[in-house]
Amino acid sequence: MLNQIIFGYFAVTMISLALIVITRKNIMHSIVYMLILFFHIAGLYLFLNAEFLAAIQIIVYAGAIMVLFLFVIMLLNLREELRKSRFAITWPIGAIFVVLSAVMIIISVFGNRFANVGNVKISDIEKVGHTVAVGKLLFVEYLFPFEVASLILLVAIVGAIVLAKKEIK
Amino acid sequence: MVSLDWYVVLSLIIFFIGMFGFLSRRNIIMMLISIELMLNAVNISFVAYSHYIGDMAGHIMVFLIIAVAASEAAIGLALVILMVRNKETIFVDGLKELKW
Amino acid sequence: MELLWEISIIVIKIVVVVSVVMFHVAYATYFERKVIGRMQMRMGPKEVGPLGILQPVADGIKSFFKEDIIPLNSDKPVFYLAPVISIMAAMSALAVIPFFDGFIISNINLGILFILAMSSLGAYGIVLAGWASNSKYAFLGGLRSAAQVISYEVSLGLSLVGVMLLAGSFNLNDIVEAQSSSVFGFYAIPQILGFFVFIVSAVAETNRPPFDLPEAESELVAGYFAEYSGFRFALFMAAEYIGMIIMSSLAVLCFLGGWTVPYYVLYLFPFLGAVPGVVWFILKLYACIFFYYWIRATLPRFRYDQLMALGWKLLIPLSLLNILITGIAKLII
Repeated sequence: MLNQIIFGYFAVTMISLALIVITRKNIMHSIVYMLILFFHIAGLYLFLNAEFLAAIQIIVYAGAIMVLFLFVIMLLNLREELRKSRFAITWPIGAIFVVLSAVMIIISVFGNRFANVGNVKISDIEKVGHTVAVGKLLFVEYLFPFEVASLILLVAIVGAIVLAKKEIK
Repeated sequence: MVSLDWYVVLSLIIFFIGMFGFLSRRNIIMMLISIELMLNAVNISFVAYSHYIGDMAGHIMVFLIIAVAASEAAIGLALVILMVRNKETIFVDGLKELKW
Repeated sequence: MELLWEISIIVIKIVVVVSVVMFHVAYATYFERKVIGRMQMRMGPKEVGPLGILQPVADGIKSFFKEDIIPLNSDKPVFYLAPVISIMAAMSALAVIPFFDGFIISNINLGILFILAMSSLGAYGIVLAGWASNSKYAFLGGLRSAAQVISYEVSLGLSLVGVMLLAGSFNLNDIVEAQSSSVFGFYAIPQILGFFVFIVSAVAETNRPPFDLPEAESELVAGYFAEYSGFRFALFMAAEYIGMIIMSSLAVLCFLGGWTVPYYVLYLFPFLGAVPGVVWFILKLYACIFFYYWIRATLPRFRYDQLMALGWKLLIPLSLLNILITGIAKLII
């Protein structure tokens, strides 16, 4: 019973926060609501026994990515943009596309569900700690994707600098 | 015990909210934020499936998705800065050179 | 009944920790003014009460009764929210700090990561305050702070990786225990590179001099909180001092052995074993806080490009080198 109540609170809050985020006129307010949303997502991860991911969610998303957004918004002067309309004229077409793809994805998600049931018990994870469990898997079985991810990050750093740097004559 | 379907439904709803935001907002920074929203929705369903099926691979996927999201935000925001520097607008309907 | 008992114990612990920390915050300001006064051949505060001992109380009362001014063109909700975010981020990190053996509000496995997460949220308070005030000084302060905190968070996190590798845990309790059973008794010697990087980044992360670019009085008036007054200003100040206490406790717990004393000291002076652990913790904490004041009185403020160059070109490579060395050493031993 308690589980349902907690999940219901998280679900309702997260959906309303997501709606608030995409409808704010002021991007700064959007980002503040997004911050609260990230905290709720981290809470949900804790609920699903993924404590390391919850910490990463806060550190990376809230602590780095959103601060980067704030930083860029402060670099650009956006005060006069507040007076213009927030949605493009073509937003009904967007809504139609969303509904169509929603139908498609819902059919495919709930229509045929098959999965290889794994053998990782929650008690196993709790015994060694989630960090150790993720770390062992990441550095043994998924080492190659991990290296590729680090390469992507390197490319992103170099790319961002190359793109945003002013030409020095 | 909350069943897996509820998590999937929650994740789908947030995903479609993010998708609608991406397709309808004019502001390019809001479009990037909508992408983050969609990625987070996917992460929720990965973690939920992982928990219910009993396979840790979903957690690894979330880890990699977060890394990719960070690089995407860095590149995307660099593009925004470039766009504001050249076009002096952050609205995507200002970019219409290729329109005839 | 069992649950009620546990909850009441946690509530009592929270009350004790918050009141002790707030008392320390109040007297940290007094201590700071006295220490810096002495270093600059002045007396420091001495009017209110004997030796000026009541100065923090007078400051507190004054900030309570000052008029609360809201700038006309500010973004009001964000303006109200910013100091609250600041102090919330600072205070919630107190929950995972073990002050002595067994005294910790919440003994979670991810102690260090939690503190890093909360300290990265502190940036929001500063950035949002700078943006919402709608003033150019505050805005510049916020902008500087965003860049500074993003850059120094990286080296702060990386400098702690060596400690995590040696101790094999994120839990602060385990880290202290692993230290007391290690060869040197504390990690400041084997992790000397990490310790150096940690100290510099901690000073930058809490926006203290010589890295106080976000609030640089002489160029930006007071930086991000230039438009704040009265109680909201006091919240920002309290958040800064709590951040200082948290970074100092992190240094004590991760590098200086927490509430333990090295075994060889105990072997030489057995009577020191009778001193309770909390005394050692507090003494080490005071030494760290004194260090903050000392460098404030000694070093001039950095230029902005120097700050960024130091962070990206010196501290991050050094901390990566430290991780490499620690990893190799751990493999060999």
